[in-house]
Amino acid sequence: METEKSTIRRLHRLLSEKQLSCVELANAYIKAIDEENKSLNAYVRTTPETALAAAGAVDKKIAAGEALSPLEGIPMTLKDNISTDGIETTCCSKILRGYVPIYDATVWKTLKSQNAVLLGKTNMDEFAMGSRCETSCFGGAKNPHSQNHVAGGSSGGVASAVGANLAAYGLGSDTGGSIRQPASFCGVVGLKPTYGAVSRFGLIAYASSLDQIGPITASVEDAAIVFDGISGQDPMDSTSRGRRNGPAADTLQESIKGLRIGIAEEYFDGIREDVRAAVEQAAEVYRSLGAEIVRFHLPALSVALPVYYILACAEATSNLGRYDGVRYGHRAESYVGVNDMICKTRSEGFGKEVKRRILLGNYVLSSGYYDAYYKKAQNLRGTIVRSFREAFESCDVILAPTAPRTAFEAGKQAADPVEEYLSDICTVPVNIAGLPAVSVPCGFDAKGLPVGMQLIGNSFEEAKILRAAYHYERETGDKTFRAAERGVRL
Amino acid sequence: MREYELVAGLETHIELSTKTKIFCGCTTAFGAQPNTNCCPICIGLPGTLPKLNEQVVRYAVMAGLATNCKINPVAKMDRKNYVYPDLPKAYQISEYDKPLCYEGWIELESGKKIRITRIHIEEDAGKLVHDRGDTYVDYNRGGVPLIEIVTEPDIRSIDEAREYVEKLQLIMKYIGVSDCKMQEGSLRCDVNISVRPKGTEKFGTRAEIKNMNSFTFMSKAMQYEFDRQVDLIESGEAVVQETRRYNDADGTTMSMRGKEDAQDYRYFREPDLVSIETDEKTIEEIRALLPELPHEKYRRYVTGYGLPAADAQLITKYRRVAEYFDEAAKGLQNPKTAANLIVGQMFRRFPTEAEKEEWAAGATAEQLRELVLLIESGKLKMNLAKSTLEKMLDTGKPVSELVSEEDMAGVDAGALEGICKEVLSNNPKAVGDFLGGKDAAIKSLLGGVMKATRGKADAVQAETLLRTLINQRK
Repeated sequence: METEKSTIRRLHRLLSEKQLSCVELANAYIKAIDEENKSLNAYVRTTPETALAAAGAVDKKIAAGEALSPLEGIPMTLKDNISTDGIETTCCSKILRGYVPIYDATVWKTLKSQNAVLLGKTNMDEFAMGSRCETSCFGGAKNPHSQNHVAGGSSGGVASAVGANLAAYGLGSDTGGSIRQPASFCGVVGLKPTYGAVSRFGLIAYASSLDQIGPITASVEDAAIVFDGISGQDPMDSTSRGRRNGPAADTLQESIKGLRIGIAEEYFDGIREDVRAAVEQAAEVYRSLGAEIVRFHLPALSVALPVYYILACAEATSNLGRYDGVRYGHRAESYVGVNDMICKTRSEGFGKEVKRRILLGNYVLSSGYYDAYYKKAQNLRGTIVRSFREAFESCDVILAPTAPRTAFEAGKQAADPVEEYLSDICTVPVNIAGLPAVSVPCGFDAKGLPVGMQLIGNSFEEAKILRAAYHYERETGDKTFRAAERGVRL
Repeated sequence: MREYELVAGLETHIELSTKTKIFCGCTTAFGAQPNTNCCPICIGLPGTLPKLNEQVVRYAVMAGLATNCKINPVAKMDRKNYVYPDLPKAYQISEYDKPLCYEGWIELESGKKIRITRIHIEEDAGKLVHDRGDTYVDYNRGGVPLIEIVTEPDIRSIDEAREYVEKLQLIMKYIGVSDCKMQEGSLRCDVNISVRPKGTEKFGTRAEIKNMNSFTFMSKAMQYEFDRQVDLIESGEAVVQETRRYNDADGTTMSMRGKEDAQDYRYFREPDLVSIETDEKTIEEIRALLPELPHEKYRRYVTGYGLPAADAQLITKYRRVAEYFDEAAKGLQNPKTAANLIVGQMFRRFPTEAEKEEWAAGATAEQLRELVLLIESGKLKMNLAKSTLEKMLDTGKPVSELVSEEDMAGVDAGALEGICKEVLSNNPKAVGDFLGGKDAAIKSLLGGVMKATRGKADAVQAETLLRTLINQRK
């Protein structure tokens, strides 16, 4: 069944068959963004000239009868923490306002060389710290299915844009769920690759040992296509290891009969009933497709959240130390001496949540507390890694909710930050363990907001989780994957 | 007053002479225009990642092997977090608890070993430049690779400290990992110093004196600090643990920060870099590349070649001179002759340390060897050899172009006697002087003979002959 969705594959076909030109396609998106971004606030910066220049080059290729690569000419977006040469990149923080990178992130360099059509940079929580996209200095991005709800965080802008058909796909980053959670809130697909599968060079760091760039797309196949396009070993990133297997897009159709799908009880602790039901329903779908459901326990998950917040904040403290007003970005207007300048610049430039995490990080690393917090968290990280390794001895993929609930109401942040942090409970474990996970839509709640589930795989088994996701998507179709009725519709 | 003993340990920072920086491809060249040897990585632009220069690891392992260290098969890098405008990432990538090299030593002349605790690699910071009330930052030096060599508190005198640093410096120059130029800051020392009553075991409280970039400063600072600490103890006060700075203007040290203000560096593993693994095979490959070290050369010169200790010391002190000498000595029966010519004659042309270091000798080692071979075969008399060497150094020409067979044949005895007689009769004053008891007058007569034979005569033979002829005249 042909869907209405403007998937990468469909757009690629439209371009290749000359049903429309790439410039026309780009213009359709530019126009839609003009009309709809005001209400969604998905984009914080649009780059129509960059988009049209790339589109023009693609049209020339088409005219010359040259074949297009899968991502060539496809309109897309980048989260505002991915460095783009000559295009302001701010991490949606006041402290980086006016900062224009002088080099390209490896992922963007790769896509640019394939004539990707960059529509603009998308909204995010400040320095990727948040679950609502509301810590952005540009204000939050809204959910394409309901403007009273958030897009999720931190890659809320990308998810909102893709969910509203204001980009065919986008790249986000996932440190503790920042690709998967907004994807689940916005009813789109979000892949967090294995740590090291995609180069981090040019990704403005939040927590270096957890950060990973990945695609947010309208379909599972698109996620596979983009992942295949951006993964690879990068000499500029010593921690990158590339892709271990062949292209994920090539094996999507292979049968999942006999695939062992694991369900760990602990993933369902404190999960809203309708979300739990939707995920259990998905398990039924898998059973009907010939997969085997394996139930087990993952007790180590109970420590994942504190481990995540300790490690992430510790690394963030160090990563964010460089924003001192000396070289780029915001600098306080008046100050006495260099220390005062640095203090005032940082006090003015960082938002509340970022400051909170910097303080937390300094605390857990400081002498006297290091052993009790940071060191302990590092040890527990090892425990979590081992638990997953053992779990994958009895199953091929793990099925879990992506978030304990559907999208939050906009502007209603909990007074207690811990309550907010708890909403990351389902997503942080794979970051700690460095594993791949893909979030796919699995229905809607009573308000019509999308519910998401995630499929978690062992290291470098993106192809396997994407294949499992693909079969589910194909089986359930519109019942679970319903695009928002807005944006570009071709 | 009780007698006190100095106890010191050194932390020496040495800039490695790799062509490029430790985490990026920028050049490490010294003296460029500010902020021209920089890139997004070494100025820490958001999103950039370090990429470890393998040559840095190899050089550090080399330094470790040359100082008898063990090499950590799995080392890691850590972030040392502190805020200062010359540190663009607000952390220095260094090694905290798993350094590349550990547990080595350097032996002093006395046979005492100064133990080396560890050698680790790290990046240098940029530099603040103050000008007319404004402060600028130059990041050219940022990311230049350093090794930090830390000793145990084994040093007991200023002389030992100096000797240790000199030995260390020489070893590093020999193995070619650094030029160790103190004045350019490519070798800097921090000294941890404490005092204790002689004969006691317990260490006193130490102060750390930072960043000394000359031997003179180091000696003065250590002396001042020793006196200061002894005075404090003698007057019943306590030495406080602190970091101090040496002020050359008045020869004193002053407190920079106390223990309570000590920076909490919040070290943690650098997540952007993977572990540094060095296997046995690599270690052995690097070990095989190590040249003969200065103390090994010295021992060979003294025991093998029979050089006087002083000459052996002078030659080994300069890596290029030692290499030159080794090349010249190849196949010689008596390398001592070559050593004599180098120390006695060639050194005069290079009065400064820097010039000896540079060793732009006008003649190649092979040319010197040819000359010495002629001396050894008896073909070339020493005095002619010496003047020939001067010509060689001036012109760069080989012996064969400067001295003919005929010259080398010398002057036969009959001819020499005739010439001597002639010189004596032409110089009645000198003869008179000599006969009057002024022995030195013989030299002027000898000069006359040498002039008449254009240096071909054997000086010893000629002098003996002159003395005999004069005495016959008595």
